Amino acid sequence: MIAIHVKKRLGAFDLDAGFEAPPGVIALFGKSGSGKTSLINAVAGLLRPEAGRIEVDGAVLFDGAARIDIPVHRRRVGYVFQDARLFPHMSVAKNLAYGGRHDRDRVIDLLGLDTLLDRRPAALSGGERQRVAIGRALMSDPRLLLMDEPLSALDAERKAEILPWLERLRDEAGLPILYVSHAASEVARLATTVVVMEAGGVRRVGAVGEVLSDPAAVGMIGAQEAGAVVRARIAGLDRIDGLTELALSGGRIVLPGRLGRLGTHLRLRISAQDVILAREKPQGLSALNILPAEVTAVDEGPEGAAVGLLCGADRLLARVTRRSARALRLEPGQRVWAIVKASAVAPDDVGGAV
Amino acid sequence: MTDWLGPEEWQAVRLSLKVSASAVAASLPLGLICALALAKGRFPGRQLLNGLVHLPLILPPVVTGYLLLIAFSRQGPLGSLLEPFGISFAFSWTGAALAAAIMAFPLMVRPMRLAFEAVDPGLEAAAATLGASRLRVFATVTLPLALPGVVAGAILAFAKAMGEFGATITFVSNIPGETRTIPTAIYAFLQMPGGEGAALRLVAVSVALAMGALLASEWLSRRIARRVAA
Repeated sequence: MIAIHVKKRLGAFDLDAGFEAPPGVIALFGKSGSGKTSLINAVAGLLRPEAGRIEVDGAVLFDGAARIDIPVHRRRVGYVFQDARLFPHMSVAKNLAYGGRHDRDRVIDLLGLDTLLDRRPAALSGGERQRVAIGRALMSDPRLLLMDEPLSALDAERKAEILPWLERLRDEAGLPILYVSHAASEVARLATTVVVMEAGGVRRVGAVGEVLSDPAAVGMIGAQEAGAVVRARIAGLDRIDGLTELALSGGRIVLPGRLGRLGTHLRLRISAQDVILAREKPQGLSALNILPAEVTAVDEGPEGAAVGLLCGADRLLARVTRRSARALRLEPGQRVWAIVKASAVAPDDVGGAV
Repeated sequence: MTDWLGPEEWQAVRLSLKVSASAVAASLPLGLICALALAKGRFPGRQLLNGLVHLPLILPPVVTGYLLLIAFSRQGPLGSLLEPFGISFAFSWTGAALAAAIMAFPLMVRPMRLAFEAVDPGLEAAAATLGASRLRVFATVTLPLALPGVVAGAILAFAKAMGEFGATITFVSNIPGETRTIPTAIYAFLQMPGGEGAALRLVAVSVALAMGALLASEWLSRRIARRVAA
């Protein structure tokens, strides 16, 4: 269990954030300036809170009331910074060994670092640097891994290179991870728990599928970024047309490209703006993905209405204009058809499942 | 080759090298501490320390020399304190080294301080999260990354110590074989009828040593910078 509560005044900004979450990948999600980095700096011990308590798996790292403040170097908290922060005067091998040699061979293998060991950080690409930084943190045998937007400095290609490594880390290392991000696609792929932050406080905590598909959370997440996460199984591959058929709990959808082997499970993020709603089953439509669903909630905001849907056992999220919501008379309990634009699912949004 | 310089001139050159090397070696630890405190420390009296370090640069050297003479003479406050331990600076080569060290101190601290300030605090924070104590962070991250500046400071201080004149002659006088360094020797030869030849030879040695020190410092800094960056 990870329990964090931190109070700190930083100039005009007030950080007063707390949450509890089971181990796994906990995504701290929110717009820039919402206090995510300050919060994990407090967990690392790089920022001293005025009050609060930080506990990781039974170990108390900070307790304002009990005057406990474990110094940074004794917290055993691995930190992967946005800018990697490799030591420029040491080789990759020496960087990796700086904090210890815990599980050395497995970490090098897990992150594919064996060909980089003799190089200097200056000779590495951005993606390679981040991989080394992750390996260095892991080899120090941390009880918790902090990652502060480890992918934000990278282009789409490098992101696609690192994301699978992070998924392996989540699935194989069994280490709790606090992951700061403002990209919903990363959160949807990696997180088990989502903590939504806004203006220095925690606005929402919950399982990833629950929070990201909650119409009421759309305002905090941002209309562009909102979208549900569903689990899917690869049920068919069409080699001629280059399509993959996925079985969801509420029906089947077809996506372009070959997304994996037959029978494998994966996570899929379906962006709210790519879901269209209809009262009657549409005919003669180029979109192949039409799913029956039930409206569970409608949340009207200044930018439109967010509609929560239950499709089989999966929750989906759609965004429509307020006028459409009225025209379709959308209200909880209403049966509708959800049309998912097949081309809309970006490769970034498909990840290996837990 | 050896008869190019007379025995007295050789004596001055050897003494100057000894005095300057001792001055730099003895003041290096204190210089590092001052540079680090000024670069990273946030404590009351920081400006005062800054002023003290730079004072010898601004004071007339004769004033520094005279203050040393008052403090370290046999009856002086510091001299009488050190005498029971058999330590004496007055009119000996160690006094010349002390004067040189104090006069060279600002030049030693400045490049070191700039180098420490240039080390990314983010790297030091990263080292701490990896379990390194403050001492280990300093020894493995801060110092190696600041090494070009540390070397530059030490060499600059050595060159300054080689040329120190005013404070030395005021504090420990101009005793052949004990406190007659190259600059005071040049001064003494110029006062002597027919001493111009010896003075000119020492001037040539002086110029060569200063140029050599500067070139060595440049070369070393560049070498270290390459090792640190690449």
